[in-house]
Amino acid sequence: MAELAQDDGGGKKGGKKRPKKGPARIDMTPMVDLGFLLLTFFVLTSTFAKPKVMSLAYPAKEPTDEPKKDDNKINNAITFIVSDDRVFYYKGEFYPEGNAKGKPATQLTETNFGPDGIRKLLIEENKFVLNKKVELDAKFQKKQIADSTRTNLLNEAKRDNKALKVLVKTDMKAKTRNFIDVIDELYIASVGVIAPVDIMNSEQALLDEALKK
Amino acid sequence: MAEIKTPKGSPSIDMTPMVDLAFLLVTFFMLAATFRTDEPVEVSIPSSIGDKEIPEKTLVLVTVDKGGRIFFSCTGEEVRKKVVTQMAAKYKVPLSEDNIKEFVRITSIGCSMGELPQYLSLDGEGRKNYRKQDANFVGIPSDSMHNELKDWINFANREMLDYGKKMFEEESAKQGKGQAPLKPEDYKPKFVLKAAMDAEYVRVKTAIETFRDLNLNNLNFVTSQEAAAVVK
Repeated sequence: MAELAQDDGGGKKGGKKRPKKGPARIDMTPMVDLGFLLLTFFVLTSTFAKPKVMSLAYPAKEPTDEPKKDDNKINNAITFIVSDDRVFYYKGEFYPEGNAKGKPATQLTETNFGPDGIRKLLIEENKFVLNKKVELDAKFQKKQIADSTRTNLLNEAKRDNKALKVLVKTDMKAKTRNFIDVIDELYIASVGVIAPVDIMNSEQALLDEALKK
Repeated sequence: MAEIKTPKGSPSIDMTPMVDLAFLLVTFFMLAATFRTDEPVEVSIPSSIGDKEIPEKTLVLVTVDKGGRIFFSCTGEEVRKKVVTQMAAKYKVPLSEDNIKEFVRITSIGCSMGELPQYLSLDGEGRKNYRKQDANFVGIPSDSMHNELKDWINFANREMLDYGKKMFEEESAKQGKGQAPLKPEDYKPKFVLKAAMDAEYVRVKTAIETFRDLNLNNLNFVTSQEAAAVVK
């Protein structure tokens, strides 16, 4: 323990008191105590890893009296159907069994949330935008274009006809993390057009069928 | 030859560096830390590559916990006071001065308007355990017949717009000439959804639909950040 400087072996002359030589020592123990107390307090009450946010722009709700826009014109689309920790997809439009156009009925394919599942699929399908992104990044590295130009051009590419559009549908059993995982993968794969929409009855029937397997 | 004297009594240690270090750390933690707020509900959030900071000035927060209960919160003392007063007037719920003060002080609330006076008279621990065992408890009612969440969001949005505008003007006036001009977008209300990983998505969807009914389509999900994946 720290102490005040001890007497250096009694006075030399009689009992005369003399002021001590050298700097006076202060007992620092209480100060150290206080310091560490405060330290402990701040360490325990503080939060460091601030959560971040992921933004998602929803399409505006259309007034019900207006006719619904025909969204079947999209030529490069994938629909994901998310259930309890499982995810299915089909490409292009939905064709029910025995449809008027004579197309084969839509089949759901199961995939997973891992890197071999959705991510691989999206990278494959969204090559147009991803290649563009690599190209723009290279240009930016060489300082041929500004950062804002890069962002603008990339956004343009994302809205291009050739870029992938994704619809995300969820059933009653889906968990929040499943939905967030899918959206996250879409952001990783630079998918620009994301539409979280309601599941159709015919799709639900197909999903129920697929879930049994 | 001079004899080396061994010092008598207990040896003293120089504590100055230790104190220095302790206070250095204290200072660091004081400045770097933000305090953990006492939320009535704790949710484990999913992770994503989202890297936007959570807005602090003008935040309207809807929390959905594991059981699908809905909680509401917003920032700004002024805003909170006005919002709760308007809600009380709309639903004809008598709130005492103390209730309003308590509402302004705390963070999220998760109960219907009828229960609010009782909810506000509880302490933090009581609010945490409020109807915790009740499986039918939904937090703030948000079904289409009786959507209180919609009113909370609506009032908060309106008040936040005014408040944000005022704050923007004040802070712009304070700014020196050399600094970059402030962006008015930063002072617009931001809508944040904090949904528990294991919450049923249907419940989150009710909250999302409520936002969309009010034509608030830019939503943010609170996520913990994971390392950005590299796409080859």
